[in-house]
Amino acid sequence: MNARTKMILGRMAQAIPVVMGVVVISFLLTRALPGDPAAYFAGPAADEASIAEIREALGLDKPLFQQFFLYVGDLARGDLGTSLTTGQTVMSDLAARLPASLELTLVALLLSCAIAIPLGVLAATRPGTWVDHLCRVLVTAGVSMPTFFTGIVLIYVFYYLAGLAPSPLGRLDFIYLSPPHVTGFYLIDAALAGDWETWFGALKQLILPATTLALFTLAPIARMTRAAMLSALSSDFIRTARAAGLGSRKVLYGYAFRNALLPVVTTLGMVFSFTLGANVLVEKVFAWPGIGSYAVEALVVSDYAAVQGFVLAMALLFVALNLVIDIAYALIDPRIGLN
Amino acid sequence: MTDTSRRTFLKLTGGTVGAAMLPFLKTMPAQAQSGGRIVVVSGQTINSLDLHRTGTNRASYQVAVNCYDRLVSFGTKDAPGGGLSYDYDVIEPELAESWTISDDGLTMTFKIKPDATFWDGRKVTAADVKWSFDRAVSAGGFPTVQMKAGGLVRPDQFEAVDDETFVITLDKPSKLTLPDLAVPVPFIINSEEAKANATEDDPWAMEYLHTTPAGSGAFKVVRWDQGQQPVYERNDTWVGGPLPSFEQVIVREVPSPATRRALVERGDVQMSFNIPNKDASELAEMDGVDVYSTPIENCIHCLCPNFNFEPFQDANVRKALAYAIPYEAIFQTAAYGRGAPMWGGEAEITDTAWPRKSPFMTDMTKAKEHMAASGFEVPLSISLGLADWMEPTALLMQEAFAEIGIKAEIEKIPGANWRSAALVEKRLPLHLENFGGWLNTPDYYFFWAYKHGHLFNSSNYLNEEIEQLVDSTLHIPMDDPAYAPNIKRMFEIAFEDLPRIPLWQPALNVAMNGASGYEFWFHRQLDVRPLTTATT
Amino acid sequence: MVDMTSSQPARKGDTTLGHIAYVLKDNPVTMLAFAMLAFFLGCAFFGPALVPYDPLATNAARALEAPSWDHWFGTDNLGRDVFSRVIVATRLDLTISVAAVALSFVVGSILGSIAGYWGGWLDAVLNRCLDTIMAFPLFVLAMGVVAALGNTVENIIYATAIINIPFYARLVRAEVNIRRNAGFAQAAKLAGNSDLRVLAVHIFPNALPPMMVQVSLNLGWAILNAAGLSFIGLGVRPPTPEWGIMVAEGANFIVSGEWWLAVFPGLWLMLAVFTFNLLGDGLRDIVDPRKRT
Repeated sequence: MNARTKMILGRMAQAIPVVMGVVVISFLLTRALPGDPAAYFAGPAADEASIAEIREALGLDKPLFQQFFLYVGDLARGDLGTSLTTGQTVMSDLAARLPASLELTLVALLLSCAIAIPLGVLAATRPGTWVDHLCRVLVTAGVSMPTFFTGIVLIYVFYYLAGLAPSPLGRLDFIYLSPPHVTGFYLIDAALAGDWETWFGALKQLILPATTLALFTLAPIARMTRAAMLSALSSDFIRTARAAGLGSRKVLYGYAFRNALLPVVTTLGMVFSFTLGANVLVEKVFAWPGIGSYAVEALVVSDYAAVQGFVLAMALLFVALNLVIDIAYALIDPRIGLN
Repeated sequence: MTDTSRRTFLKLTGGTVGAAMLPFLKTMPAQAQSGGRIVVVSGQTINSLDLHRTGTNRASYQVAVNCYDRLVSFGTKDAPGGGLSYDYDVIEPELAESWTISDDGLTMTFKIKPDATFWDGRKVTAADVKWSFDRAVSAGGFPTVQMKAGGLVRPDQFEAVDDETFVITLDKPSKLTLPDLAVPVPFIINSEEAKANATEDDPWAMEYLHTTPAGSGAFKVVRWDQGQQPVYERNDTWVGGPLPSFEQVIVREVPSPATRRALVERGDVQMSFNIPNKDASELAEMDGVDVYSTPIENCIHCLCPNFNFEPFQDANVRKALAYAIPYEAIFQTAAYGRGAPMWGGEAEITDTAWPRKSPFMTDMTKAKEHMAASGFEVPLSISLGLADWMEPTALLMQEAFAEIGIKAEIEKIPGANWRSAALVEKRLPLHLENFGGWLNTPDYYFFWAYKHGHLFNSSNYLNEEIEQLVDSTLHIPMDDPAYAPNIKRMFEIAFEDLPRIPLWQPALNVAMNGASGYEFWFHRQLDVRPLTTATT
Repeated sequence: MVDMTSSQPARKGDTTLGHIAYVLKDNPVTMLAFAMLAFFLGCAFFGPALVPYDPLATNAARALEAPSWDHWFGTDNLGRDVFSRVIVATRLDLTISVAAVALSFVVGSILGSIAGYWGGWLDAVLNRCLDTIMAFPLFVLAMGVVAALGNTVENIIYATAIINIPFYARLVRAEVNIRRNAGFAQAAKLAGNSDLRVLAVHIFPNALPPMMVQVSLNLGWAILNAAGLSFIGLGVRPPTPEWGIMVAEGANFIVSGEWWLAVFPGLWLMLAVFTFNLLGDGLRDIVDPRKRT
């Protein structure tokens, strides 16, 4: 137990330089962006003097080193600065937009798991057959499509041509009001408020973007499920179970699948953080007010504080997720982390 | 209650709308409209409710227009190309009931409407006007620059004589002062409410008004979902003009132009603001969708050769460019014929109309004659944010310029960098530019785009005669005997020196499906006040 | 590659070619992938010489024409032939992905080998650096790099390479780390070989098989990444034909009915990525049959 606690503490200590690295790199990256935010935000018809005024107000007239220390000082006080594009503090922007991205990503992953895991199991039970090949081709086709292209095609077919999907207007059609804010997840908030009409409204808006993302994430989950199932099925305890005459269903779901779950869950963690970063493009297509579209807008206009805040938030999420996975592993499997 | 009925109605049909119900769906918004709500989609959303704040984007000007009043406003006229337009030549009262200008043109006295009230019920007084004007000239940045254009620079120029009398004192008379009071910038704020929320660091209540408007305008902001939409609700006690027809207006941001088009085409929204030229030309052919393409006054899409780049110091090279441009192909491909051609005009200048056609046209023989010098390579820069028209234009130019030995490589520059590279540092050797002046006089355009060092003179053009002509013409009235000759001379020089090669006058396109009453404004933002339900 | 093929028969006791033939026969999908790869390579090498039209030549009179015998994939808004542009773009897209992956392969291998072989503080520092890159939202990092350096083909390659480096470095580090004290490495060292030589000639080749799989998967990913950058507006410069830009620009025409502008380049893009992904799986079967059991 002592060694394990030490390991967990050590693992947490390792995360500190990573976060510091992210702070430094994101600072340098934003400062390397071309253009002068002061000139951009001075607006039309601004002259030299007013641009200089704004540069001073933004603190951009100071040397780089001083800017960095000011930034770190603000960070230490929990102040991420103010976004020039939205005019809000970066903290409130992220708080408003992160739930939108998380909700989309989580629903997409749920959908993806619901399809990919059965596919993976199916492929693993019949390796080398046409079923296996078909599964592989299907999921690979999904990951081969650029998400923005899938999204646009889905909108065209299901909204424009068929009229089945609701208008791609972000999280809720304007006939609904957003549910009272509790978690920021509309599905949860609407359910808490007992407003099922809005709940269905939010769900309808989620279907197309979530499908787009799900198609993209089928492959890693299905592949990992297949591989983990294969190795579980070929292991000794399954042979023993089979030899003992247990039914094939029982062997498959009761033993093999349960053992294959751990690597699948780990993959899910990786896929989750990757998808959260990658749904930038999907958010743009579906007018989704998430952090991805926020980051793109901010980057294009050199909105330093917003880009830094976004990167930092994503990095912290990533680090925290990995920590949780590692610690969970260490707790479950005593062999890891002790050698 | 009407909202609820629309909602219930949609609940009954919305979930199960199939392809078979499509024709039915198209008629539905007209019925729903009786509730007095209009939904507008646009590519950009607001980032502040206060125009004076640093960093406020263009889209946010709509709040100043719809939620605040100015002393005066412009009249309305029929727009070329259908629909209505503001009328630069007619100044109408908004918050001011009447005004007088002294004979020397230096003192302007405004009488404020006695029944005008802010949303909180307090009477609008001259002190509020003074506070708001003081704020505009002191805030710095864009509002201050725009006020300066009308000769309004210092708080001591503004005086509240009594509750209903407001006086402006000018340093010199200018024809631009009165129109400058009708642009979105000098809007009138409830100064008591603002001062109650000001702090020592923030004497102008920038933080408060950024999220909480306090005005007397036709609409109040009842809800602002940041990054998505403002929701406006009508102020029934508005005295600035005729009461708007809609009770509620939603202006939703939809970044993808394809989605915006689908929404308005399907009738799911009643209006799509600022649509691409291609959509405008195609939607105009469709039943049920009305498209208004209004040429933007005092705005020209130009090709700018930079005088700091050595080959372009030769006037013949600039003329070679002007003769090589495939104007018609560009106008059809990039603008889909929307707007007005700016090439192939008369050589002789007989009037002061502006924008006007340049005397140049596509003529490869002449282009090659002027291009006696050997060829060269030059980057042709375009803005990423304006790629919609700039990219096809640049591609067609690139092909044509290659024929006269100018090898142009297209360079796309992102938003933040575009302003600083093109306008502030003025370092782009050859680029496209689209300045439009808010105040609709040619000398105002020349002031910004042809005077050396001024922001939109991205060609680094310097001509002593232009400098002197603009200075002596800018403030004199249009009926002054010196005005017309001066303006004509400016045109001659501009077409001889060609620091900006005019391409076409762009149009602002708006599509409506189930609403009407759209009026074009020079600020290119949506004035929701005159909109009404469609009369079918 | 030479090391890989020569080291395998010794380990597996089988001829490499025979093994490949066996796997291919066993797996029609992999065979398909190899055939498609050959097709794309053909397009990349001979495409520009074979296409019916100049991919850059505009023809305003024939803009936005639907697919026909004259223009198999239709024409775009400037009247350029979409088919010619799609085929010609193959070379650039493959170049971007191959160059980016090669760059990250080389840099990642060197960093990973050093960290894995010598270990210690070098390893620790390098690991933290890689963690830092991985902690970035990768697509946004690529966007930032291209925005900062300017949108040229080289910079798109650099950006794509940077976000891929950690994957290679980690892989190589792990492979090198478990073998640095293996018997064959010790023996080579005792025979008088320098550390560098042992690392490069004896240990590193063992990391190649799993890396080949990674390479092939990454090639597809690199194409998608470049396409995503184009969609944001940070892709290669016009008028150069590139699949991502063509899809991104064509996307705006879908709703107005000109579907061919986005669909054909999108299809080609998808097929190319699809080929590389299937190839990755196939290579995995070839280099490591145990994975398939």
